[in-house]
Amino acid sequence: MNIHEYQAKEILAEYGVKIAEGGLAFSTEEAVQRAREIDGDTWVVKAQIHSGARGKAGGIKICKSHNEVEAAAEALLGKKIVTHQSGPAGKVCSRLYVEAGSKIAKEMYLSFMIDRSTERVIMIGSEQGGMDIEALAKTSPEAIKKIYIEPSVGLQDFQARKMAFALGLDTTLLNHAVKTIKGCYRALRDLDANTVEINPLVVTESNELIALDAKMDFDENALFRRRRIAELRDNTQVDTREVAAAEAGLSYVGLDGDIGCMINGAGLAMATMDMIKLAGGEPANFLDVGGGASAERTEKAFRLVLADQGVKAMLVNIFAGINRCDWIAEGVVQAVKNIDMKLPLVVRLSGTNVEEGRRIIADSGLPIITADTLADAAEKVVKARNDVIAQTGRGV
Amino acid sequence: MATLIDEKTRIIVQGFTGKIGTFHAQEMINYGSNVVGGVTPGKGGQKHLGLPVFNTVKEAVQQVGAEASIVFVPPAFAADSIMEAADAGIRYCVSITDGIPTQDMMTVKNFLRRFPKNERMMLTGPNCSGTISPGRSMLGIMPGHIYIQGNVGVVGRSGTLGYEAADQMRMLGIGISTSVGIGGDPIIGSSHRDVLEKLEQDPETKIALMIGEIGGPQEVEAGKFAKENMNKPLIAYIAGLTAPEGRRMGHAGAIISSVGESAAEKVAILKDLGVTICPTPSLMGETIAKVLSKMQ
Repeated sequence: MNIHEYQAKEILAEYGVKIAEGGLAFSTEEAVQRAREIDGDTWVVKAQIHSGARGKAGGIKICKSHNEVEAAAEALLGKKIVTHQSGPAGKVCSRLYVEAGSKIAKEMYLSFMIDRSTERVIMIGSEQGGMDIEALAKTSPEAIKKIYIEPSVGLQDFQARKMAFALGLDTTLLNHAVKTIKGCYRALRDLDANTVEINPLVVTESNELIALDAKMDFDENALFRRRRIAELRDNTQVDTREVAAAEAGLSYVGLDGDIGCMINGAGLAMATMDMIKLAGGEPANFLDVGGGASAERTEKAFRLVLADQGVKAMLVNIFAGINRCDWIAEGVVQAVKNIDMKLPLVVRLSGTNVEEGRRIIADSGLPIITADTLADAAEKVVKARNDVIAQTGRGV
Repeated sequence: MATLIDEKTRIIVQGFTGKIGTFHAQEMINYGSNVVGGVTPGKGGQKHLGLPVFNTVKEAVQQVGAEASIVFVPPAFAADSIMEAADAGIRYCVSITDGIPTQDMMTVKNFLRRFPKNERMMLTGPNCSGTISPGRSMLGIMPGHIYIQGNVGVVGRSGTLGYEAADQMRMLGIGISTSVGIGGDPIIGSSHRDVLEKLEQDPETKIALMIGEIGGPQEVEAGKFAKENMNKPLIAYIAGLTAPEGRRMGHAGAIISSVGESAAEKVAILKDLGVTICPTPSLMGETIAKVLSKMQ
């Protein structure tokens, strides 16, 4: 789960990381008020959206007067901001963070994440801050310092010092750097974060070490024990279909194609989507309906898939292990009737009680297309989708 | 004997008396697995499904000689149960539980590393469908009837995609020696590579099928292991050609977050390492049949 920059900064400040003075605003008036409360002659108005690369997309505005703050706030609030990380739909900005402008002497990169290969927390730093670390890793890997942290003893001072020296920090800042680095690590460990990223970490002209941006991503599986973090969730930053899916306990990812999918199991779902693509179609979504797919759950999944107006045909592929094909078949028949579904539907059932499941579909009298194998199912749904397009084409 | 488990392996169920534990314990018993009891702290001394319940794994090891365990304990307590099994001297543990916090798994793996290698419990999962040696023993939640006994070793992250593979093989009359689900989480007990090492040593396994997916470095590591250390042919399918970068596809670990983690990149690297690739998920059975016919 992602959180906003201002939320990450508030958390990190509690762990001893220095941040510039700033405040949150939901309106233009509030933004100006926040600027008035902050001394100085430069303010930065920052769109709070769950995406990086906001600067290049115009989501961060440097202002030299309160009038400019007002104009910046007006330009950002309620607007969709499209960054190269946000996807083409962009993210709506409904909050602003107004911060004191910092005079930057040096920009660096610092992050902590859980490394899957070593199963440890890895600390990554670079003297070249403010840029895309993945791009830097490709062009000049020698500019990146990596330090692995032993889980049972945690981050040691000497490791933090090693990183501080790798970042090229002046010795006058050493103690504060150690405090900042250890604070970030403790925040990650204490709060079940997957990632803490400060890009850039800066030294100001007055020789202060400040987190100018902050990003934290949390382990969804640990939110049951991090209630304060769970409350920071901002559903306006997530695809509405995915929010509805999460509430129904379904795993859904919206995509750009026009063939809706309902499958049980993440691996089989990905494989089925691959088959659709190989058969010449494009999936509209990933949807894992899970193990215990009741009739109610099946109907919710159907509604979710069909809520996407772009869907032209739908494929259900279930391999029943714990599930039973007859239960799934009943759920499908009920969902098609209740929703009064008009689009072509291809159903492929396999596994436990498959004969019974196929009989229920056949006896329903509904125009459901059945398929025996994965390949058969993918070909049939792509054909059904092409037929729909051909028909609507004639209609026009 | 088959690798990891066979008909003699003495199995206990952790989270035995809960609804899910009860259901799957019964399924395993029906399949013929040698379930000898279970653990539910506080219910020790009772009988459940006609088998003894213990308060601790240690008691189960001492009193009924438990060797393998399967964990159905809820996510908040699962890591603790896995470590208890390791401490009690369980040889092989399967964790079915989905939703264990990543940092808990980091602690589990760190705990396991403290044991000398020859005394270290093998763990598969969490968030997996378990392990089956068809016709002998099932330590998992899969539909046992779709697997037939044979010589193909299978390792995969996903449960249902593993069923799909088993079903395709069954249609062609191809049997399985052992099928291991390693789970879809970012940090898991055993990797593809760890399981391939077991399959390479197993005299009943002739060839191995690896069912991978997007995210993480494990499939590539397994491919390198196969090239350097395996005499048996390796066949692979990688799911997720259509998965966009940076999005989590159901499994917590199924996310393309860095270079080399997409399906296309993994396939290209595995091909270079000499692994036979199943071009589509519907051709897993046929690809295996082809490789098998060349071996005869």
